[in-house]
Amino acid sequence: MSNPTTAVPVSGQRPPSATPTSAGRPKATRNRAREWATRAPLLPALIFLIVVTQLPFVATLVISLFDWNSFRPDRRAFAGLENYKTVLSDESLRESIVTTVLLTASVVIVSVVLGLLLALLLDRKFRGRGLVRTMLIAPFLLVPVASALLWKHALYNPEYGLFNGVLNWLGGPQPEWLTDTPLIAVEASLIWQWTPFMMLILLAGLQSKPLDMVEAARLDGAGSWQIFRFLTLPHLRRYLELGTLLGSIYIVQNFDAVFTMTRGGLDTANLPYTIYETFYNAHEYGLASAAGVVVVIGTIIIATFALRVVSSLFREEASRA
Amino acid sequence: MTAVSTPVPITSVPEATRRAKRRGAALGVLAWFVGIVFVLPVLWMLLTSFHSEADAATNPPSLAAPLTLDGYKDFFGVGGGASPWPALLNSVGTSLFSTCFVLLLALPAAFALSIRPVRKWTDVMFFFLSTKMLPVVAGLLPVFLFARDINFLDNVWLLVILYTSMNLPIAVWMMQSFLADIPVSIIEAAQMDGARLPTILWRVVAPIAGPGIAATSLICFIFSWNEMLFAQVLTGVVAQTAPAFLTTFVTSQGLFLAKVCAASMVISLPVLAAGFAAQDKLVQGLSLGAVK
Repeated sequence: MSNPTTAVPVSGQRPPSATPTSAGRPKATRNRAREWATRAPLLPALIFLIVVTQLPFVATLVISLFDWNSFRPDRRAFAGLENYKTVLSDESLRESIVTTVLLTASVVIVSVVLGLLLALLLDRKFRGRGLVRTMLIAPFLLVPVASALLWKHALYNPEYGLFNGVLNWLGGPQPEWLTDTPLIAVEASLIWQWTPFMMLILLAGLQSKPLDMVEAARLDGAGSWQIFRFLTLPHLRRYLELGTLLGSIYIVQNFDAVFTMTRGGLDTANLPYTIYETFYNAHEYGLASAAGVVVVIGTIIIATFALRVVSSLFREEASRA
Repeated sequence: MTAVSTPVPITSVPEATRRAKRRGAALGVLAWFVGIVFVLPVLWMLLTSFHSEADAATNPPSLAAPLTLDGYKDFFGVGGGASPWPALLNSVGTSLFSTCFVLLLALPAAFALSIRPVRKWTDVMFFFLSTKMLPVVAGLLPVFLFARDINFLDNVWLLVILYTSMNLPIAVWMMQSFLADIPVSIIEAAQMDGARLPTILWRVVAPIAGPGIAATSLICFIFSWNEMLFAQVLTGVVAQTAPAFLTTFVTSQGLFLAKVCAASMVISLPVLAAGFAAQDKLVQGLSLGAVK
């Protein structure tokens, strides 16, 4: 907090006589000093972030080029792109890439679609709307580990979980959810968690929709579907994109659900979990780093797209600068 | 629950309006139904946490079983077993300290990006955001190796530093958008009146941006509180946080469903309470201030 007060000159109207040396300085130097003064409040945050997030990633890049298992430190050697070859050809690692894509895509798509339907429902006036909204966001507010434990033990458990309990009442079959359909089970819990998030973003989008346009369209005889298709949906587009991208960034990195529910078993190991296993239990540092770089490349592909969307979101704000 | 209950004489309502009304009522019922479906697992967890272990693990489920506080007593180690307090206190500590550090770093940065914007400030904003897109798992190993070499593993301050870096980009984005809401003309007017920067910050900026800063802090706190990967890898006994503690006592002692549910409730309670209280701010923050 004290930073801007010391670093940014409020008006810079110090009488020149007080600083005779600076009065003689060329204008460019003073401008540069001013510019650094504006920049100064930014620097602590920037430097901190570069040191704590960028440097480790550079280290990961370097480690990924080494054959390095901590059990055999004497055999550490430069391996070039060997680790990448292993990551892309090793059956289990390649499977975890596929799992990551499947998990991320299905969770994001289903939760966006469900979130949209829910947002449309909640955009209408009905009694107890506030309460329903509060009920809907509860899944998103549960600590992720707690939510994973809830699904694994209280809902999915074949012996005393709620799902089979209800099926038992109805006289239905008693499936072993987590062993029969492990990936779908993990996905379902994540969809339950993320649908409310999408719903909230899209609801915010719906409520910022200009009403007069809808009125005008209705007077012109447009039906509900037409209004939705040609007015609501285009208006919601950037909110849909924003939700998709934020959801993707978080779900690609998901660790808690996989770690808690299946420990990566039964083909549910996504890349973050596999990397955790590779270096934490198998001590294959080089391989884990290469897999980490692969995740980053995947995320960059999403991110490039994301940045474009976000930049369009605050383009109008940029005019302030 | 339905909207039909308003005492409008039916004869005066045109047929189309009546049909629309009935449809609206049906959709309202549907919304209620979906809301209940979504909240049901949480309610089930709450109910189970108040059951005895024997009643918690039955099939079919025992809805009407007597309620007891045993699950909570077990969790807090009343009848022996590991006490959750060190882990809970670690979580409170890491979350609070990292939130403070985030504010300390993000406020000046947001100031430089909105009130007196540096040149190319959008590029700087994108740099902040891009660090968020770097998956944490990709930098975890070097952090682990470095911390191990300088004997810094299992130390809460390591988590504080990492959580600060994790939340800083979000905080800068949110606060930039909150500070940008302050009309420049107000600040200029204050300057004309001879107010100095500390006065301007305290008397003009703080009252307008205050709620936004509070929301930012809340979100940083929640993210730190929820985090598990770092806690799992970089802490052991001393610095263990609540989420990591939660996973260990499930696997090490077999399963006690009521106790697990009680523990999950206790650990989620701060986030649930804060989230319900600040629903709007939460969306705005999670979407990086883009949705207003």
